[in-house]
Amino acid sequence: MKNAVGRDIPEKILKETKKEVFKGTYVKDNYEYKKGAPKIRTLSDPTRSKLVKDIHEALVKCGIKDGMTISFHHHFREGDYVVNMVMEEIHKMGIKDITISASSLGKANDPIVPYIEDGTITCIHSSGVRGKIGEAISNGKLKKLAIMRSHGGRVRAVETGEVHIDIAFIGAPTCDDYGNMRAVGGKSDCGVLSYAMVDAEYADKVVAITDCLVPFPNIPASISMVNVDYVCVVDEIGNPQKIATGAAKPTTDVRKLMMADYCTKFVINTPYFKEGFSYQTGVGGASIASTISLGKVMEERGIHMGLGLGGITTPMCDLLERGLCEKIVDTQDFDLGAIESIKNNPKHIEISASEYANPFNKGAYVNKLDFVILASLEVDVNFNCNVVVGSDGVITGAQGGHPDTAAGAKCTIIIAPLLQGRIPVICSNVTTVTTPGETVDVVITDYGVAINPKRKDLIEAMKGVDLPFKTIEELRDIAYKMAGAPDPVEFEDRVVGIIEARDGSIIDVVRKIKSRT
Amino acid sequence: MEIKKAASAGTLESSDAQITVEPNKKGINLSIESTVINQYGKQIEKVVLETLERLDVKNATVSVIDKGALDCTLKARVECAVYRSNDIHDNLPWDGAIK
Amino acid sequence: MKLPDKKRLRRSMMFLNCQKPGLIKDPYIYGLDCIMLDLEDAVAENQKDAARYSLYHALKEIDYHGVERVVRINGLDTPHWKEDVRVCVAGGADVIRIAKTETAEDVKTIEKAVLEAEKEFKKPKGSTLLMSALESCKGVLNAYEICLASDRMIGIALSGGDYTKDLQTTLTGTGVELMGARQHIVMAARAAKVQCWDTVFTNLDDMEGFEKETRMIKMMGFDGKSLINPRQIAIVHKVFTPTEKEIAFAEAVVQEIDDKKKKGIGVFTVNGKMIDIAFYDGAKRTLKMAKAAGVYKGGLV
Repeated sequence: MKNAVGRDIPEKILKETKKEVFKGTYVKDNYEYKKGAPKIRTLSDPTRSKLVKDIHEALVKCGIKDGMTISFHHHFREGDYVVNMVMEEIHKMGIKDITISASSLGKANDPIVPYIEDGTITCIHSSGVRGKIGEAISNGKLKKLAIMRSHGGRVRAVETGEVHIDIAFIGAPTCDDYGNMRAVGGKSDCGVLSYAMVDAEYADKVVAITDCLVPFPNIPASISMVNVDYVCVVDEIGNPQKIATGAAKPTTDVRKLMMADYCTKFVINTPYFKEGFSYQTGVGGASIASTISLGKVMEERGIHMGLGLGGITTPMCDLLERGLCEKIVDTQDFDLGAIESIKNNPKHIEISASEYANPFNKGAYVNKLDFVILASLEVDVNFNCNVVVGSDGVITGAQGGHPDTAAGAKCTIIIAPLLQGRIPVICSNVTTVTTPGETVDVVITDYGVAINPKRKDLIEAMKGVDLPFKTIEELRDIAYKMAGAPDPVEFEDRVVGIIEARDGSIIDVVRKIKSRT
Repeated sequence: MEIKKAASAGTLESSDAQITVEPNKKGINLSIESTVINQYGKQIEKVVLETLERLDVKNATVSVIDKGALDCTLKARVECAVYRSNDIHDNLPWDGAIK
Repeated sequence: MKLPDKKRLRRSMMFLNCQKPGLIKDPYIYGLDCIMLDLEDAVAENQKDAARYSLYHALKEIDYHGVERVVRINGLDTPHWKEDVRVCVAGGADVIRIAKTETAEDVKTIEKAVLEAEKEFKKPKGSTLLMSALESCKGVLNAYEICLASDRMIGIALSGGDYTKDLQTTLTGTGVELMGARQHIVMAARAAKVQCWDTVFTNLDDMEGFEKETRMIKMMGFDGKSLINPRQIAIVHKVFTPTEKEIAFAEAVVQEIDDKKKKGIGVFTVNGKMIDIAFYDGAKRTLKMAKAAGVYKGGLV
């Protein structure tokens, strides 16, 4: 059955998942539902301890068994050890048929691939996957369908009860013996624990894993003891060098700087660029450069950002320090500067992923965004974006907050080079749709700027603005003229994963790649 | 043109291709390795074969290691390898066999 | 012989290694005036042949969107220059930059080779322009004769690195070692009515120093600068962008002289002051520069 972005979703998949096809970004506005709820085992005896001696004991006490759903967060990014440690123990215990529900998985989690191959792990829910896990899924190694959800979509799935987490393992930079977890202090600061908050509230069993046990009470806590069953101390929860990296050096790549300048010029010529505007940007070189160049204009014109949202990097914190930004509202910290900022600046606030982006609560922060600046692996002539599947057909990225912020923001800007090597980023048809074109307003490339024709207001606002405006088709044509039109990637019929829209409907499927000869 | 000895041209840098030609008894024996094989494998093959044809190379073992080179680069690398295998460096047929 | 526009705007001339496909595929997106595809110093001795094939296909197949395509060929003291000239002409390069020019004779030698190549590849006679890089004291001293050596000459460029070696000094960063050459080159070019370009600035970490140097060479009278990195383009263009006051004055000059000429009047005044016809070319140049920089939308150029 064709969905609202023209993708044919096989009936078999709809039946198997009991899901609907994607019908549009806002069709579930005003939707009513009753939340799912976890099973709680109480603790009223003050002499009983929550400490367990190792992961094995935690798993036994939580009643681990075949077929369970285990959840993780990705705040330790490419430095994470928690997923690997827990899965290794589950594998040792001979447990099978586990569903991993992670806020995201990266290359750091490559070691779990053998557990996919041997049936320990049979299903993965994640924002996305990179590295060897992506290759394994795209090669059909995972028994069940992988499900890719946005950050907001994941919270929705858990809160509605669509996904029921049996055991949540929450890595915490610091924790006390009663389970109060904080993201700062200890050996591996990660700034915030936003993605794990929903796990703590909705999982039947919650295990805190830390390498820095601190005296009670560890407050103010990101995750409160009232939701935590067990506390497990391990040697290392991750590699601190990879959890918090130094701030990326501002790019000197002229191509990126040029796109950043185009972006800033666009932003300041929209009606939304006014005192108190709200703004989010990704971590790509061009996105960060555009934050820096926008800061200059804000200073010159005396315009302040009311809200800086999202994954946070040092340049955004600089705006806060310079008084150009009023509040930073944070779900993920990408570098040491951001972590220092949330530790020290009271105007820099941690929120939950639900507050950030959940489409099924009573209104998330993304709905209040004026601008979001994003990247994309591919953008097609209908402005659909693909941030999950590489142009070679292999899963290699994550939805993250891409569809959430695009749906929420008044002005969604994608910055992407026209060509990535020989591969046209601007193309006729994205390999996989992950963010619907109806929520994407502007595409900025090194060869020109295209406004979604739906946004007549923005087209009007840009009259007389000195930017190299082109239609998205013109950009595609330039790319194809230079590189040649790419042949579509060949897939097999078998569907290995689905891309969920924010509301849980299916926006696209990912198929097994044809084995190469 | 005959391939007199093994010769190669190009690099393994992004947007380039390394092309090696070697003598072969009969016919063109072409192998292609590419970072964009799924999308451009056929196009690369076509450009390489057409370039060899223009140079009148009938017998050769040709290996292409492509890092996303555009057609104009592929042609340049094939031509360079073929002329190197003949030690020809001057008075090249620009606008003729090379075009 | 009908020549292409010898006087077009050439503020920025950026070197690009012909051997690097990633560099030569789309430099026009940076909005520069000229690219300088290099067959000489940037290309290793054993890759001179490879660079030519790349150059040929780049010239033939890449649409540079009106950016002038200059090719720097190897010097007359090398075995490469003849084939370089052939490939430039066959590919349709706009300008050949003759490296290490020392005498007018050097230019004539290249001119002859170009003419032969134009015949061989059936190009209109005169379709390939020439410029010279002056890289020695002898070359600098012969600048005026070099400029006049061929109708195809669009101008001369200083190559500071080699020149200072010949001068038995080094690039000091103060510019003192280049003062004489710079002054001489501008004068020679102006006397011969051709253009001139300053040498490269190689320290990419010192963008302030680069801007300062660019301001200086603009004041000295240069038409532009040879560049090594796209980050330098915007700075050169900024420096070479006329001020509002300059534009207004230039506009008034052109209007006044055009109007009065039509009426057969030979006395011109702008803002109450007498000006003479010698202001005209400069005013036109200012407006052309302003237009290229996007700060003048009028129709006088």
